[in-house]
Amino acid sequence: MNPFMLALKLLRRDWRAGELRLLATALVIAVASVTAVGFFTDRIERAMARQATEVLAADLRIESNRRLDEALSNEAEQRQMRQARTLTFPSVVLNNGNSQLVQVKSVSANYPLRGKLQVRDQVNGTTRYADDLPGSGEAWLEERLLPLLGLQIGDRFKLGQLEFTLSRIITYEPDRSANLFQLAPRVMINQQDVQQTGLLGPASRVRHNLLIAGTPAQISDYRAWLDAQQISGIQVQDIRAARPELRAALDQGGRFLRLAAATAILLCVVAVALSSRRFVERQADTSALLRCLGAKRNQVLQIFVIRLLGLGVIASLLGSLLGLAAQTLLVELVGHWFTQQIPPPSPWPLLSGVATGILVLLGFSLPMVTRLAEVPPLRVFRRHLGAPPIGYLLFISAGVAALATLLIWQIGDDQMAFKLIGGLLGGLLLLLLIARLLVTLLTPLRTRTAGSWRYGLASLSRNPITTSVQLSGFGLGMTVLLVLALVRVDLLSNWREALPADSPNQFLINIQPDQVDGVRNHLQQSGIPSVGLYPMMRGRLISIDGKAVSAGDYPNPRAQRLATRDFNLSQATSMQTDNKIVAGRWWSQADWGEPWFSVEEGIAKTLGIPMGALLTFEVAGQQVSGKVTNLRSVKWDSFNVNFFVVGTPGLMQDLPATYITSFYLPDEQRTVLHKLIHNYPSITALDVTALMKQVRGIMDRGAMAVESVFLFTLAAGLIVLYAGIQASHEQRVQETAILRTLGLSRQQLILSITLEFALLGGLAGVISAGLASGIGYSLSTGVFNLPWQFNPQLWLVAVFGGAIGIGAAGTLASWSLFNTPPILVLRRA
Amino acid sequence: MLQTSPNSHPVTAKGLMKFVETSQGRLDILQQIDLEVAAGEAVAILGASGSGKSTLLGLLAGLDEASAGDVTLFGTTLGGLDEDGRAALRAGQVGFVFQSFQLLSGMTALENVMLPLELVGHAHAEQAARDALSKAGLAERLTHYPSQLSGGEQQRVALARAFAPSPKVLFADEPTANLDAHTGEKVAELLFELQEQSGTVLILVTHDEMLAQRCDRRLYLREGCLESDR
Ligand SMILES: Nc1ncnc2c1ncn2[C@@H]1O[C@H](COP(=O)(O)OP(=O)(O)O)[C@@H](O)[C@H]1O
Ligand SMILES: [Mg+2]
Repeated sequence: MNPFMLALKLLRRDWRAGELRLLATALVIAVASVTAVGFFTDRIERAMARQATEVLAADLRIESNRRLDEALSNEAEQRQMRQARTLTFPSVVLNNGNSQLVQVKSVSANYPLRGKLQVRDQVNGTTRYADDLPGSGEAWLEERLLPLLGLQIGDRFKLGQLEFTLSRIITYEPDRSANLFQLAPRVMINQQDVQQTGLLGPASRVRHNLLIAGTPAQISDYRAWLDAQQISGIQVQDIRAARPELRAALDQGGRFLRLAAATAILLCVVAVALSSRRFVERQADTSALLRCLGAKRNQVLQIFVIRLLGLGVIASLLGSLLGLAAQTLLVELVGHWFTQQIPPPSPWPLLSGVATGILVLLGFSLPMVTRLAEVPPLRVFRRHLGAPPIGYLLFISAGVAALATLLIWQIGDDQMAFKLIGGLLGGLLLLLLIARLLVTLLTPLRTRTAGSWRYGLASLSRNPITTSVQLSGFGLGMTVLLVLALVRVDLLSNWREALPADSPNQFLINIQPDQVDGVRNHLQQSGIPSVGLYPMMRGRLISIDGKAVSAGDYPNPRAQRLATRDFNLSQATSMQTDNKIVAGRWWSQADWGEPWFSVEEGIAKTLGIPMGALLTFEVAGQQVSGKVTNLRSVKWDSFNVNFFVVGTPGLMQDLPATYITSFYLPDEQRTVLHKLIHNYPSITALDVTALMKQVRGIMDRGAMAVESVFLFTLAAGLIVLYAGIQASHEQRVQETAILRTLGLSRQQLILSITLEFALLGGLAGVISAGLASGIGYSLSTGVFNLPWQFNPQLWLVAVFGGAIGIGAAGTLASWSLFNTPPILVLRRA
Repeated sequence: MLQTSPNSHPVTAKGLMKFVETSQGRLDILQQIDLEVAAGEAVAILGASGSGKSTLLGLLAGLDEASAGDVTLFGTTLGGLDEDGRAALRAGQVGFVFQSFQLLSGMTALENVMLPLELVGHAHAEQAARDALSKAGLAERLTHYPSQLSGGEQQRVALARAFAPSPKVLFADEPTANLDAHTGEKVAELLFELQEQSGTVLILVTHDEMLAQRCDRRLYLREGCLESDR
């Protein structure tokens, strides 16, 4: 005998006969949700990596204060990489008696290599992508320059010795955001014109930039070559920097997606376990018969294992294809977040889909199915001889191992994975305990009730193992569905509410102390809701606990950058509303005079600042030292004014400060801004509407994507409930036939089965409401950083929903039993 | 007869005993069974319900282990073999017909009959199965599932499955007990017809005197012992 061929033949027969349908469906859903999310996040992640390169407008950027060595460009040329050059330098534009400091940028052909420029052709026109660059003799200006210089589109103005025509308003420049807060308004001209302006004299502060783009391999090769040259006086940047606001929104979206996939996996795993158990029950006859007909134990084992793995491969492939189709829809939903084409799917999620399918089978099906080889052949004469039950220890350890692997691998977030596994294990233990308790409690109850109640209770307590298994299955299925409901309703809307429609879209910086009142009044009179004006000083961190800070102390490039950069510091009496204390406490009025600092937790971690550390900053030539008395978490995607480091008034009062504010400016009130800039020309206005639109788009579309993935979870949940109902079907067939022959009426029978399932459902409801509250709490506070509210409705829905839903579904699923003449059943046995 | 040769006696049992430990102590099911069945012979074992007929059949077929004594199947003593060894001995040589048919519900009639053939790697399993089914008068029902067949038809499929690999011995456990008299008669008809054609040894367990009458020899199982009617 060739067990392989026979197994495949049997598999084909099972498939046709629907024997493995439940198992296969559960697997397909698990794999489909994993691959859909896998494909999707893979593509989005790659698109994001590309988008991140927009910050540089290139994959690699070389900057210098001196003219760049031609060898750099030649080498890139030789490696057939794309390149562009830009020059930036400050200058002054004079027009109609107005003078304004500007930041000039000249750009060569091909600029930008990554990302796109956005422009407006009219002041009130619509923003669009630019496919070209300023032509010779043309200049593109940032909007705020127009009121400052009194210019209109089409006007001519002089820059150095050359005249330019203002041809467009430039609204977005990919490589602009890196130092958003420090730039004078932009004037962009063509590289060809820059020499003739005469502004590139030896005294000018020109920065020379070489932008390079290529494949990742080309970039890393070039980078290696460049490092080997040891050229001094250049700065090289590659693609790690991305805007924190976008990062935060996308990360949150990614977490939701992975959670959705993880819940689908959890449910499918339960469905696979339940349906495998049933498969083992149903296949006991086949096993006994095969042994009877002369198959050895090993051959029987091979036949079943090969059959199972064959099923696994087929279902996984189907699931992967389904996932592939689903991710196309997801990408469709989010596609236009990105200025570039989203890269096509890579093949690896397909592989991971099949691996997921096999892993689920290995963990949750195989340990049970191997028991089939142990069915005694004597079963052909003695029906009650079945497969010996699987050891709990084996089952749990196989399951936990598979689940841990799957979740850590899929979620990629150990913390969340462990919480889920912990919750699941705790839940399982609780469920088994309660099931046991229930069976013991029901036994005496059986004799004190009558009629349908008695039979309903009896069948629960008579089959304690099946009852525990069912209760665990229902409980887990409902728990995940409830968590899902909580996540969808509470977490998802909380996330979107984090950026309400009136979030600040304008920043004003460089407000001098004597302008504060004027600016406040101007905004108030224009009907802009009262806003806070925050003092801001720029300072460099020089020591932590007396130990000098130097970039060399940090391996991490971000920390290196932070260590050498100027910080924006502030002072405050009360904490910004979207902040949360994670360690220590905020200062009270009595403490305002103390020399204390409050530090954002992320930066504290990056720079290694512990609570209680003594920090020394150098601000405008003065040193200020203070103790860190609290750490805060900050919602960077709220667009409020926030600072990494805030000091007490006592500490910061005497330092020279400028003020900063943010507010929401409706589109139709843009003239307010123009007037303000006109009155206070030294103030810098920054418009983040475009950036906000992008963040809000991510949240909206992200929520839709997450909800689509939750459809898989919902499908998986229904499969679990179905599998739970089917778990006792084999036994019920037998029992109902006997009860009916003994004269139980059809009505009584239906009632007893309804009661049995309703009892199961209600109990599962209680347990799952408890579990779901716990999981929801730890997810929202621990993983998503959102506030948590107790939800009493959850319990009602769970208990009554469980009782009614499972009662009805169980009764319906058993309907055929009520109509089958008992003789048919009994004769078959 | 002291001498036994594998050819003349495919199935023998000597001093066979079976008891089980229960909560009420030891329960002796079979006390002392001696049996020799010659090639081509049809033997009926009669006994009341619960007299141990199925237990004996299980022991003879090597599905269970005896408490004492021994069974020899095709000249090989079962006592020296483990479960797998006994299975290997059965493969392709032993057929079964059960009171409860034991057809696999997920397979069609044809597939059920093919199963034992496939298990021994029969080169033309499908053709052989078709032939067997048409001999059983079910040529038209090949693709039907057990649930689509009547009890009598199901048992005829079981007969086709039992005879298809041309076994040397066929064990039948009350093959007509679940059928009404008329249908049972027809199934019995088929059973003996096939047995005659193939020359297979038939060991038939039944409580039905009429059915037993059609066998070459009848033995009675009473209080754990076999008695001949002669
Ligand atoms: N494993 C066992 N444990 C306890 N009693 C058994 C076991 N196997 C068989 N018996 C008992 O042995 C007796 C004979 O059973 P069986 O061989 O099935 O009888 P028959 O087939 O003649 O009706 C019955 O009373 C049965 O309950
Ligand atoms: Mg019997």
